[in-house]
Amino acid sequence: MTNNLTQEITRTPPRSAGDDIKEASGVYDQTDISVRPEEFRQRGPAEHREKTFELRNVSVSYGGNRAVHDVSMDIFHKNITALIGPSGCGKSTLLRSLNRMNDLVPSAKVEGSLLYHGADIYGPKVDPVQVRKVIGMVFQKPNPFPKSIYDNVAFGPRTTGIKGDMDDIVEEALRRAGLWDEVKDRLDDNAYGMSGGQQQRLCIARCIAVEPDVILMDEPCSALDPISTARIEDLMLELKERYSIVIVTHNMQQAARVSDMTAFLMVELTADEKSRWGELIEYDDTSKIFTNPGDSRTEDYISGRVG
Amino acid sequence: MATDEKPPRTARTRLAVAGARSSTESVFGARGRGDRLGNRFFLAFLLLGMAMAITGLAAMIIWAIIEGSPRLSMDLITNGPSTLAPETAGYRPAILGSIYVIGGVIALIVPLGVGAAVYLEEFADKTRWWNRLIELNIQNLAGVPSIVFGILGLAFIVRSPLSLGAVPAAGAVTIALLVLPTVIIAAREAIRAVPPSIREGSLALGATQWQTIYRQVLPAAMSGILTGVILAVARAIGEAAPLLLVGAVTFVTSDPSFFGPGFTTLPTQIFDWARRPQEEFQVLAAAGVLIMLALVLVMNSFAVWLRNRFEQKW
Ligand SMILES: Nc1ncnc2c1ncn2[C@@H]1O[C@H](COP(=O)(O)OP(=O)(O)OP(=O)(O)O)[C@@H](O)[C@H]1O
Ligand SMILES: [Mg+2]
Repeated sequence: MTNNLTQEITRTPPRSAGDDIKEASGVYDQTDISVRPEEFRQRGPAEHREKTFELRNVSVSYGGNRAVHDVSMDIFHKNITALIGPSGCGKSTLLRSLNRMNDLVPSAKVEGSLLYHGADIYGPKVDPVQVRKVIGMVFQKPNPFPKSIYDNVAFGPRTTGIKGDMDDIVEEALRRAGLWDEVKDRLDDNAYGMSGGQQQRLCIARCIAVEPDVILMDEPCSALDPISTARIEDLMLELKERYSIVIVTHNMQQAARVSDMTAFLMVELTADEKSRWGELIEYDDTSKIFTNPGDSRTEDYISGRVG
Repeated sequence: MATDEKPPRTARTRLAVAGARSSTESVFGARGRGDRLGNRFFLAFLLLGMAMAITGLAAMIIWAIIEGSPRLSMDLITNGPSTLAPETAGYRPAILGSIYVIGGVIALIVPLGVGAAVYLEEFADKTRWWNRLIELNIQNLAGVPSIVFGILGLAFIVRSPLSLGAVPAAGAVTIALLVLPTVIIAAREAIRAVPPSIREGSLALGATQWQTIYRQVLPAAMSGILTGVILAVARAIGEAAPLLLVGAVTFVTSDPSFFGPGFTTLPTQIFDWARRPQEEFQVLAAAGVLIMLALVLVMNSFAVWLRNRFEQKW
């Protein structure tokens, strides 16, 4: 444990890209910079844990149609946070607004405040590219680049200008993604020749090669068999030692197995019954959500009675 | 971002589905003679179409070989034209002129065509009227007869405002304008075929939009873009009419220079020989056709080789 801790503290220098965001949005001075991410508390009752994201009344709409309405929640440091809920309730939308991937949809609009370590990631001076360097993303369908395995992993560090020996960076990322032994002899092969599960772990390796602080995963196992799924779940539990992870999943067992916190979203009709949007119904410790949910709709959903 | 244009794909899909279904039915069903006859007829029709295309090409090549073979020698490449000694006359200035013009065309259409395609696919907001107007214009320009571009080249490139004079550079600019729409349309098609998930994956790693285009989208679209360039260059090599208008003279004995007046190209030179009544000049023209075919073949093989190196499969 002590060994682990010293390693933690000496490991990462202050996350430069994250600091950029803080400086850019002018909140740097408001946050307590003497607290480094390494020292953040990640265990214990929720109110004592350190926050990675603070969402306050976040709403997302696509060209006037609201998809997610009024979500307020805290996402904690070095926790795995699961988003569950029926299809169309806005899980992906909410997830993609955390690293500004929604900017790619011209009609998408985010309201409310979305703070990352106290800094507004939708602040006027914030560059979405910087946000995505710190907050990485793994997609539902494995989407390796049509390049060699090596180049897939090296692309991120090269473009974001991470210094160091590229061979080492690639090996380290592949090792941490649990893929090194399977691919070390064919690093120059095209990534499309790998199995789906391997491709997805390659995408995870690609993501951790740029050393993000948070990894967002949108149904990362939905296209995979149970064995690949188990490998990725193990991987998530390992990655949790260094990264905060937010995962969208339709698999209740998966949420129960890996996550620390679970948020349940559901499609709600507006008061005038004209349109529907996703709302956060309940957000709590995973153990509480799955054993003793506070809302009957949550209970119905996880016990398979609706959705 | 790439939008998927449904109509061509669904039409193609429907065709493929119909084809698959009819062949399955012909295997399984004793569906009557009518169907089987229909299938036979359809197949015969397809074969006929293919045969006509191949026969045309083969006939032309065979004719040119038979007709031009007496003159196939190094003289043809190393000597200039001569009306006095047609038996030793060659195509040297014309070959050089064609190479200059084509080189200029390639140097212009690759950056301009790819640039325009990238703008239209990745940056242009399709809801804005000016972008839709540009698109419409490009589609229409692809159908404008080449002689119109010749007049345009004469009026604006040879004379003021560009005032290049009747030089290979002016020919290159004119032909580049002529084939640019083809390149743009092909490059857009290729860029649109790159799955959006590739762009998302790249952007999610913290790459800028420019890095994403330059290092992911363009390499992935390269083979499609090169196909467009091949088509455009093949057309550019054969163009004579607009070049005649911008000053490719039919009879030049000295080597051209890119910005120097007095140049000719293979098609214009062939045209000049072919319209003379004497037998020797007819032979010379046929030999010129062979040179042109060889040139096209060499350039296309190089481009195809290049394209295969970039071939992507999703
Ligand atoms: N690019 C978009 N443009 C317009 N509307 C969108 C877009 N993406 C999502 N939506 C809408 O937003 C709502 C929420 O979609 P979202 O993809 O976030 O749901 P989800 O919870 O991830 O569903 P699933 O579990 O099926 O992935 C839906 O009503 C959807 O139609
Ligand atoms: Mg989704």
